[in-house]
Amino acid sequence: MLELRGLNAGYGTFQALFDVNLDVKAGEAVGVIGPNGAGKTTLMRVISGLIRPSRGSIRMEGVDLVATPSHKIVSLGIAHVPENRRLFPQLTVDDNLKMGAFMKEARDHYAERLEVVFDLFPRLKERRHQMAGTMSGGEQQMCAIGRAMMSNPKLLLLDEPSAGLAPVVVQQVFELVKRIRASGLTVLIVEQNVQQVLKVVDRAYLIEAGTIRASGTSAEMLASDTVKEAYLGV
Amino acid sequence: MQAFLDVFDIYLLEAVINGILLGGVLALLALGLNLIFGVIDVTWICYAELVMIGMYGMYFMVQYYGVSYFVAAPLTIMLVAVLGAALHYLVIAPLLTAPPINQLLATGGVLFVLQSFATVAFGIDFRNLGIRLPVLAFGDMNFSYARLLSFAAALVGMVAVYLFMTRTFTGTAIRAISQDRQIMALMGVDTKRIYLITSALGGALAGLAACLLVLQYDVHPFVGLSFGPITFLICVLGGLGNFIGGFIAAFVFAEIISLGGLFSDLEWGYVLAFAFFIVMMFIRPAGLLARRR
Repeated sequence: MLELRGLNAGYGTFQALFDVNLDVKAGEAVGVIGPNGAGKTTLMRVISGLIRPSRGSIRMEGVDLVATPSHKIVSLGIAHVPENRRLFPQLTVDDNLKMGAFMKEARDHYAERLEVVFDLFPRLKERRHQMAGTMSGGEQQMCAIGRAMMSNPKLLLLDEPSAGLAPVVVQQVFELVKRIRASGLTVLIVEQNVQQVLKVVDRAYLIEAGTIRASGTSAEMLASDTVKEAYLGV
Repeated sequence: MQAFLDVFDIYLLEAVINGILLGGVLALLALGLNLIFGVIDVTWICYAELVMIGMYGMYFMVQYYGVSYFVAAPLTIMLVAVLGAALHYLVIAPLLTAPPINQLLATGGVLFVLQSFATVAFGIDFRNLGIRLPVLAFGDMNFSYARLLSFAAALVGMVAVYLFMTRTFTGTAIRAISQDRQIMALMGVDTKRIYLITSALGGALAGLAACLLVLQYDVHPFVGLSFGPITFLICVLGGLGNFIGGFIAAFVFAEIISLGGLFSDLEWGYVLAFAFFIVMMFIRPAGLLARRR
């Protein structure tokens, strides 16, 4: 479904990603783990078009994303839940969800999508007229994921969904990710919470200093010495 | 003595009502300017000059080509909307990432270009539509029909903008964009297009204001000076970019001008309004309703 080949990207003269190759197949859940500043968020931003790669290719179901204007990428079925959620704090939950359905294709199915999202997150339905910025962290994360789901994506990019949340809420967020997976959506998830994320994904990539250091199935990653020592504290 | 008080009260009431009527059009202008500032984060110094061009548009269509007022008005609104979009496309868009002072200077330059263009093209004569609307009398109070019509049309215009901003996808995007510009692309929003639509909307509001002001004022190349400064003061007093603040401030200013004019003459009304503004800037520098972040 998603194919990254020889990807280089950065900010100005600072290069954050070096020759990254990564694949996500339809129906899979793939994790990207690694320390702070390894380039995980940059990777997500390059896929959704917020940053342009300096070299390499990104293809979504064969379509070249590098040649696609960034605001058209969501129409190809890629929805990005950005780091720190990035809701519109002074818009209501309803309006935030509306923004998720902005593009033409989603707008035509607005009512249906709203139902799907409210089914997934009944809490959002209760809070629909509340300003997004006044909700709790967990509710905001639901709203951010809900907003992304409004576009009826094929591939969901989740950037650190557990960051800044209380441990109990982190559990809930990972439960949600499982449910989203079960609904048949393909998921690419970036996380620092390695132990948790390896429980919900099929495969994972370990990224360090902008390069892919290791990859494999969740079981392989859990067994790998590099991952164990550095991230699982075993 | 009693007779004096009766007359006084009637005049006071008349002035208060005239202030409200004036406030409607000022609120319309403030809304247009606040919209541009709130969404695109630039100040159109030349906003009142767009109104001036719109007033000339009305004048020529109605007086010169004999078009009916109610046909000329929508055409003028469209004309100024296109002008607003062109201003964004030609002047603001290339300067979007420039320092604010450069944007300010550029729109200031447009102000002089438009004034000079009007002077060269239309001359410095004062022109009017030649439409004399009746004066309505309620008891001892007189209200100009033009002002009542302007107030009603301004309200309709503002309600239309409110509905557009709250009910449509594009309107929601216009409200969202100032809260997080970077992620708009993730929503599938082309920010350039939203900026252009907002500029056209700001222009359309200036066009509507032109249609209304031309009923009460003569057109000349410097007529923008009569509304421009006061519109800026209103926006700043209400908190730049704050729609509700601008709405309230418009009526505060209009009342000061109208009541001040009652106790002496109209010029003193403006002096009072500006003095009030200066005092308020010391008390509440961020505006009546400081913009919530």
